[in-house]
Amino acid sequence: MASAEEVAEEAERRDIRDRWLLSAPALIIIFLAATGPLLIVVIYSFLTPGPYGDVVWKFSTDGWLSVVMQRDIFDDTLVFADAHLSIFWRSAKLSFMTTIFTLLFGFPTAYFIATRPTRQRNVWLFLITIPFWTNLLIRTFAIQEVIRNEGIVNTVLIKLGIISQPIQMMFTDFALMVGMTYVYLPLMVLPLYASLEKIDFRLVEAGYDLYANRFQVLRRVIVPLVKPGIIAGSILVFIPALGAYVTPRVLGGTKNMMLGNLIELQFGQGRNWPLGSALSLSLMAIVMVALLFYVRSAGRQGGAHG
Amino acid sequence: MASRFDIRRQTGFTTIAMICFFALYLPIVTVVVYAFNAGSSIAIWEGVSLRWFYQAWNNDQVVDASMRSLQIASVAATIATIVATMAALATTRTKPYPGLGLKYAFINQPLMVPEIVTAVALLIFFSRIKIWTGYSGLGYLMAAHTAFCIPFAYLPIRARLENMDLSLEIAAADLYATPWKAFRRVTFPLLWPGILAGLMLAFVISLDDVVITEFVKSGGQDTLPTYMLGQFRRVITPEINAISTVFLLISILIVTVFFFISRKKDQE
Repeated sequence: MASAEEVAEEAERRDIRDRWLLSAPALIIIFLAATGPLLIVVIYSFLTPGPYGDVVWKFSTDGWLSVVMQRDIFDDTLVFADAHLSIFWRSAKLSFMTTIFTLLFGFPTAYFIATRPTRQRNVWLFLITIPFWTNLLIRTFAIQEVIRNEGIVNTVLIKLGIISQPIQMMFTDFALMVGMTYVYLPLMVLPLYASLEKIDFRLVEAGYDLYANRFQVLRRVIVPLVKPGIIAGSILVFIPALGAYVTPRVLGGTKNMMLGNLIELQFGQGRNWPLGSALSLSLMAIVMVALLFYVRSAGRQGGAHG
Repeated sequence: MASRFDIRRQTGFTTIAMICFFALYLPIVTVVVYAFNAGSSIAIWEGVSLRWFYQAWNNDQVVDASMRSLQIASVAATIATIVATMAALATTRTKPYPGLGLKYAFINQPLMVPEIVTAVALLIFFSRIKIWTGYSGLGYLMAAHTAFCIPFAYLPIRARLENMDLSLEIAAADLYATPWKAFRRVTFPLLWPGILAGLMLAFVISLDDVVITEFVKSGGQDTLPTYMLGQFRRVITPEINAISTVFLLISILIVTVFFFISRKKDQE
């Protein structure tokens, strides 16, 4: 006879087995069409490029080496690959600035929504959600229509007589900045709102009672309270911005490449799949570091408040 | 009445918020307005007309790409929602068991990796399989879309499940319901709004995808977004505006329904 304990143990084992069976289809699909292929990228980054794209199955570290170095065509010495490094640098710089700009515009917007009466809040929130769910391509195209030489901004400025020639904004870093800030703004507002909504305004009142002015209250009371939202929003903007492909392709032109476009180039005209693989993995590594930073600071926040 | 000191006010915040809302909608409204332009420019207004909607409707490439988009999104969203529902049932309302953390990591993995990296990985993997099997149909796009839709379908379903009490299912089991019957008669009706929200989220995500589709598609497999991306390199006519407007309308419709479903959930 099995004891009650054994029966319970058996039931638990069966429960866990059932749970594995239930989740198996999702896990298998993700392994086959997302995680598994990433492992293949690791292998490809150590192979030799084939003459017409693809790879030749011969071990080589050139793919990784060319991420930061290039061989001088005259004396075969290794020098830093300025072209790649400057694209890394531009991607990091633009993503960082996008994060700052979305924060500068997004924080007051989220604060405005969070301080509306409850009924109104949903309406404003809905107005943020719509651009968020609008196709990225359509939003990028929409920004293009505004900043083109014949776009609204230039037309209005010329009509007002402020300028006589249209200002060239398309295909510049400025266009990329505007475009990415526009595209990623909702990603910043939503987590900020989630944090701001929970603020206990009695704390703000206490701040005023202690003779703080509005700016001091903002800096010393509100911002520290919504720090988790600020960090979450920044991560949510920074990571996709770093890997952005569509926005720089449409607004940036060929001279203003970002990492995403550099990677694509290796699989297209560049015909250097190992280098493309190594670049992809480098991008992924940077993203992982950013996520790790987020998890750590989120953990600290949770610890401090919990 | 004298103005009271409002502790919630911050100088300039309302102005910035208004600028943001204006800036968010100005470009979108411009696109929609010029879709109705009678002229063939997207900058000079020449009167109201529906000609570009007719032109898009009669453009075989546009119709083809739209049908392909809908086909892929339907298949991917349906499969993703079914497997995500199963996965959500398997990962909620239980004490931690070995492998639970691993499952979370796996299910959320497509969200963690930049899209361009996944796109490149799939390009490499699928091009191998294409050589081995000779198959080059829509299956690759459907598989790729299903995979990245799973986490999006999973999120609302899991959120809904976590707020559901197990006691009703236990009661059903006490009344000799089989696990399947308990699911069909108790769990599913309660979980339904979460599943619907997950399905719609997955559908929109699949419909919107550009990057992964651009890398995975074979020749002649343009979806609506990749078709539009290709058109940006040419002279743009308001036809693109007309397509965008219809696309926008569909997205707004789905989002509105989604918004109301999830709001109802909050109020319960």
